[in-house]
Amino acid sequence: MRTTGQKDNPALQIKPKVPETTSIWQHHHILDVDDFSREEIELVFHTTRAMKEVLSRPIKRVPTLRGKTLITLFYEPSTRTRLSFELAAKNLSADVANLSASASSVAKGESLVDTLSTLQALGADIVVMRHPHSGAPYIVTKYITASIVNAGDGWHAHPTQALLDLYTIQEHKESLKGLKAVIIGDIMHSRVARSNIWGLTTMGIEVTLCCPPTLLPAGLGGEQLPPVNVEPNIELALDGADMVMTLRLQLERQQAGLLPSIREYIQLYQLTEARLARAKPDALVFHPGPVNEGVEISPAVAHGPQSVINEQVTNGVAVRMALLYLLAGSQKQ
Amino acid sequence: MKHLLIQGGRIIDPSQGIDVTGSLLIAEGKILWLGKGEATPPQPDYDVLPAQGLIICPGFIDLHCHLRQPGFEEKETIATGTKAAARGGFTTICCMPNTSPPLDNQTVVEFIKAKSASEGVVRVLPIGCISKGRRGEELAEMGELASAGVIAFSDDGEPMLNSHLMRQALDYSRAFDLPVIDHCEDKTLTAGGQMNEGVISTRLGLRGIPNAAEEIMVARDLALAQLTGGRLHIAHVTTEGSVELIRRAKEKGIKVSAEVTPHHLTLTEERVIGYDTNAKVNPPLRTKRDIKALIQGLNDNTIDIIATDHAPHTEADKLCEFDLAPFGISGLETALGSLMSLVHSGEIDLVALIAKLTQEPAQIIGNKYGGLGTLATGASADVTLFDPNLEWVVEPKAFASKGRNTPLAGERLKGRVMATIFQGNLVYKDDSIKVKAK
Repeated sequence: MRTTGQKDNPALQIKPKVPETTSIWQHHHILDVDDFSREEIELVFHTTRAMKEVLSRPIKRVPTLRGKTLITLFYEPSTRTRLSFELAAKNLSADVANLSASASSVAKGESLVDTLSTLQALGADIVVMRHPHSGAPYIVTKYITASIVNAGDGWHAHPTQALLDLYTIQEHKESLKGLKAVIIGDIMHSRVARSNIWGLTTMGIEVTLCCPPTLLPAGLGGEQLPPVNVEPNIELALDGADMVMTLRLQLERQQAGLLPSIREYIQLYQLTEARLARAKPDALVFHPGPVNEGVEISPAVAHGPQSVINEQVTNGVAVRMALLYLLAGSQKQ
Repeated sequence: MKHLLIQGGRIIDPSQGIDVTGSLLIAEGKILWLGKGEATPPQPDYDVLPAQGLIICPGFIDLHCHLRQPGFEEKETIATGTKAAARGGFTTICCMPNTSPPLDNQTVVEFIKAKSASEGVVRVLPIGCISKGRRGEELAEMGELASAGVIAFSDDGEPMLNSHLMRQALDYSRAFDLPVIDHCEDKTLTAGGQMNEGVISTRLGLRGIPNAAEEIMVARDLALAQLTGGRLHIAHVTTEGSVELIRRAKEKGIKVSAEVTPHHLTLTEERVIGYDTNAKVNPPLRTKRDIKALIQGLNDNTIDIIATDHAPHTEADKLCEFDLAPFGISGLETALGSLMSLVHSGEIDLVALIAKLTQEPAQIIGNKYGGLGTLATGASADVTLFDPNLEWVVEPKAFASKGRNTPLAGERLKGRVMATIFQGNLVYKDDSIKVKAK
């Protein structure tokens, strides 16, 4: 870590109290959680704790990424994820620039690779990228050397969301192994669900998916996928759960014929207080946001005592600081 | 022109039931003489092409390829596509009509014939549209297309969704005894689909294309073929269920033939992992289970032929997000090497493989263009020589095709075309092959 030449502000000289064991970190990019080992996820937890300590200081800023340039490249609208990354990078003293692009205006992805090459030529060390098409960040990594952080690609993955969800769970539970998680909602089209399934199962958490069969992806139980339970009945799915994650229901799913009506979805799948009572009393309620209150989750549950929705947002900044810190370390090597 | 003796190879010609070591003499574009063992030809003077260790067989016939001309010359032209065919051992290729303008009228047929006569190095046989503009609304002028020389009708790329029109096509085409080729895909099930629906599509977050989308249309087409008595040819079969449907239809005597591609016989959906747009093809690469059924279908003649569905695209076309990349694999130059892996593994017999590339497609095409797919005396001297055991590495940059879109880049294949002769002319030869005077 660079600490020289920063005498202008004494607060900037204070390093985050990060663990020493960063050698198990293997990532130059963060594309999904499916290639994270348990040890790496635990390293993210340790590093995040150090970052939370930084965030508790009166001056929430360390010089770790000073001189590094981070660009956020969002092909999809986003408020919280983008802001979360931007704050995380600024807390680490990186230079941050933001670029919004429209995927619909670029017919050919040649311009995707071109765009990334341009960002690299402009000096980007890390590009945080969100894209409506699954796999877009993977294609880019073949052509550039800057680190790519996937901030969500199509239906495929949202690794930083999954890691902040895991971090939030472990703040509340002594051990992750053997916990029961239930994910309710539009699993098929959800990158949050996909990344969470990898992360949760890697940490030994049992996962049950609960949704109408039309919103369940194909091939579950196959060799290339983590093992999950499927229970379309929400009451049965929630029995004895330690954590419940509800997903945003896109209203166009009904138009696409996957659901008869939003009204029926609410009747069958909304997380209500009565249903939540079937889970363990200390069960945590997650939602990746933005929330459709009154659709997938009742307002009483979303704002109730078991909800950790706001903690997810707060922890998001610390987890992303940790990930950027770890990536910067790998770049130096 | 001097006589040419292809000397001392293993001659395999399924059309005549021949599998012998011997030599083949060709002259003036025709097969003149076939001699077994050490026999020498009756003619005194000829050049010699040594073929020791090589297979000598009729030139391959590809019933399904895309030459992109007119309209998409940046992807392929008749000149580059036929060169690619020659390198792949193909002497006859049938081009699909999804050009711009489409091959739905005799003017475009005449253009293809004229271009291939002037710029092509192998025989190009056009396939005409089923419907005007490939729009699936009304029949193209099939009679005029037949007179102009098409060997089949297809709206390939676009499935014929309208069952009524498919019925009319199968019925009307009986007047010309030409097959109707359908790309079987229920588009209501495949909209937005990117790859086979299953474990890998879920893992990658890509929209899936279920087997049922193909099988529903295969079943419908078979029912319509039975109803009309028309000749149906099913393009690129990919699923276990389709094979079973076709098998039962053949048992019932329905006039149906079917093809499978080298990529669907040898590659699975796992090729898409890493979002390799060069593995994006329609119908999609399926599973090991489907491959097993396809091979079984080939071996019991449920599937009649192997066709490449050569679908060239530019690098820029494929260098993009997976969802935005066009479907298609450039297949002419890797076909034999891919297929030989099934011979080496003992899954397909070599002679049967050659039949599926020569005699069988020739039967579907018929005699409109003379006897094809045979080394019979007097037949057009269309001959392919290949080394069944030569290993080589696929280098797309070395392709004659403009389409370098192959998922096999950098892979080692065992089995390589060494020379291709079309109408007596050596249209491709490997550098190691030397023709000498006697």
